Amino acid sequence: MPGNHPSGDKRFKLLDAAMKKHQFRADALLEVLHTAQELFGFLQPDLLIYIARQLKLPPSRVYGVATFYHFFSFTPKGEHSCVVCLGTACYVKGAAALQNAVEKELDVKAGQTRSDGKASVSIARCVGACGLAPVAVFDGEVAGGLTAEAAVKRVKGWLEHGSG
Amino acid sequence: MDLAELNEVAESERSRQKPMRIRCCTAAGCVSSGSLAVKQALDRAIVERGLNDYVQACSVGCLRLCCAGPLVQVDPSQELFEEVKPDQAPTIVQSLLARSASDGVKRGNPAMPFFAKQQPIVLENSGIVEPERIESYIAAGGYRALQQAIREMSPAEVVDAVTKSGLRGRGGAGYPTGVKWSLVAKMPGAQKYVVCNADEGDPGAFMDRSVLESDPHRVLEGMAIAAYAVGATQGFVYVRGEYPLAIHRLQVAIKQANKLGLLGSGIFESPVNFRIDLRIGAGAFVCGEETALIASIEGKRGTPTARPPYPAEKGLWSCPTLINNVETFANIPPILNKGADWFASIGTAKSKGTKVFALAGKIRYTGLVEVPMGMPLRTIVEDLGGGAPDGGTIKAVQTGGPSGGCIPAPLLDTPVDYESLQAVGSIMGSGGMIVMDQTTNMVEVAKYFMEFCMDESCGKCVPCRAGTVQLHRLLTRIAAGDASQAEIKQLEVLCDMVKHTSLCGLGQSAPNPVLSTLRYFRQEYDQSIKKGRISLI
Repeated sequence: MPGNHPSGDKRFKLLDAAMKKHQFRADALLEVLHTAQELFGFLQPDLLIYIARQLKLPPSRVYGVATFYHFFSFTPKGEHSCVVCLGTACYVKGAAALQNAVEKELDVKAGQTRSDGKASVSIARCVGACGLAPVAVFDGEVAGGLTAEAAVKRVKGWLEHGSG
Repeated sequence: MDLAELNEVAESERSRQKPMRIRCCTAAGCVSSGSLAVKQALDRAIVERGLNDYVQACSVGCLRLCCAGPLVQVDPSQELFEEVKPDQAPTIVQSLLARSASDGVKRGNPAMPFFAKQQPIVLENSGIVEPERIESYIAAGGYRALQQAIREMSPAEVVDAVTKSGLRGRGGAGYPTGVKWSLVAKMPGAQKYVVCNADEGDPGAFMDRSVLESDPHRVLEGMAIAAYAVGATQGFVYVRGEYPLAIHRLQVAIKQANKLGLLGSGIFESPVNFRIDLRIGAGAFVCGEETALIASIEGKRGTPTARPPYPAEKGLWSCPTLINNVETFANIPPILNKGADWFASIGTAKSKGTKVFALAGKIRYTGLVEVPMGMPLRTIVEDLGGGAPDGGTIKAVQTGGPSGGCIPAPLLDTPVDYESLQAVGSIMGSGGMIVMDQTTNMVEVAKYFMEFCMDESCGKCVPCRAGTVQLHRLLTRIAAGDASQAEIKQLEVLCDMVKHTSLCGLGQSAPNPVLSTLRYFRQEYDQSIKKGRISLI
């Protein structure tokens, strides 16, 4: 079973190791998908087919599971990412205004990536930092107690460097 | 590992501790405010002053008052520092030597009601032990209850103790924990499982996250006791993928416990084996429902199945499975340590013990509180939480997330216990408590929660899949002022249908926020419609 991907991409070797750790068991599918997304950033169709073959599962099952969970992404992420938390605490403290301001500044709707690939905006159901609401995550770094102005300030620099 | 060795570990840890400890909160809230840099700066400041022999800085779990983070507290004086910046570290170290009145570092008041009115059981180690060091947990009396259970009690006696304590499930529904344990214990079959539900999906809730980040061993110990009581050999913690720090600390904790022989095979040199593995969720709210969670652990889409059979009978891979919430497991070790009667003496007649709440929203002091069951809601939001900030007034308190309801200000004297909250149209839920002030529009709140349920519906059963979409559409029309009175009636009928015909808890409880806002804030629905009418003329 452990055969590397014909592309020779080293990341497949790491993915194989993860599957081997779970003895290529079908119930490890979620763990394997997590690892795949960590390695590749997002889940391409041929990656899903590769996983299906290795775990001896129908591709429909792998695709069905991957698309069921919000965590998995099927398009590449932008260079920078802003995740606005829309949990209840953030909501009552004005997260919608944050979201609007960031979307306007980066000129992209939540859940999408700019066509130039510079930035993506998404929303989270709750990042669990409710004590600091409203919260957004800028490139993996959580920032609390935000105002719309402060959020715009954080993302302002992202579109510079070269293409306007 | 036996009792003597456990005591040895505790003893050597205590002798390692310096007379003065600077405890720095490194739970997620404070970490995002920069507490890791504060900890490093404290370490440097201690070395620079040559105080290594007297003072140590430690990374501890949640110190609770999240809104004032990063928090730092000093032993033995209990002095509390708020909003600490790394460059203030030398000043804090200096203040241990000589008290100065004003040195620019913000002091908190550990005697204020936010702290004084709490009764920590689940959180007793939170902010005190170092979550990434098992020795620290053992020194605080950790794994003593597991030792006692395995070496001194029969499985039936453990189940009896839990039953007698009156503990009820802390995930929201409040099913008696002892009854659940005895059901699984009685099931035949060699293979049984214990699952910890750490898929804290309610938006606005972060109790389980804090417990896992602050005191992960407590949860593991609770699970191991449960495994011994019901006869399980394999356990899983199903934790949200959105909680990377909790995942990391659980991984560290499991590794350490395995190494010391407190998990794995031959626990406390007995024939008892119990292995715990982590399963990382992938962002599906419905996976908090136990049958959906089981499907997810099996590597499938997280869709629920009809109950019965309940997981106690047919759970993971069709084997008997015990599923409890993080906080439920965290309550187990103190019940064995201090006795079921002690636990049963706290709280109300039907709701025993304490409950951890994540206090957030339009309130002065946000953070984590643990209070005895039966405490009036008013005490929690006005005394502990300090009321609405900036001269605002509290309009409603939301409990139970998208499955719960909004409790209006006139009902704030409702005691917090399972039955009383249900009587006013909400639920205890997992412990999210969001305070709303006069600026919050309740129709919008109902719409917000319905949008959540609509997005999170797994799509398996029609009432939930189609019903939540229709409910959301009606709420959108009402909020926009496009609806007629007849549509409010339609909303009520549809709520009733979705509530009574959905397959799982998600759909059955999705109408709750609508029903409770209709019950207490109907005038806002009416006004919204009237406003639309006027603008048409």
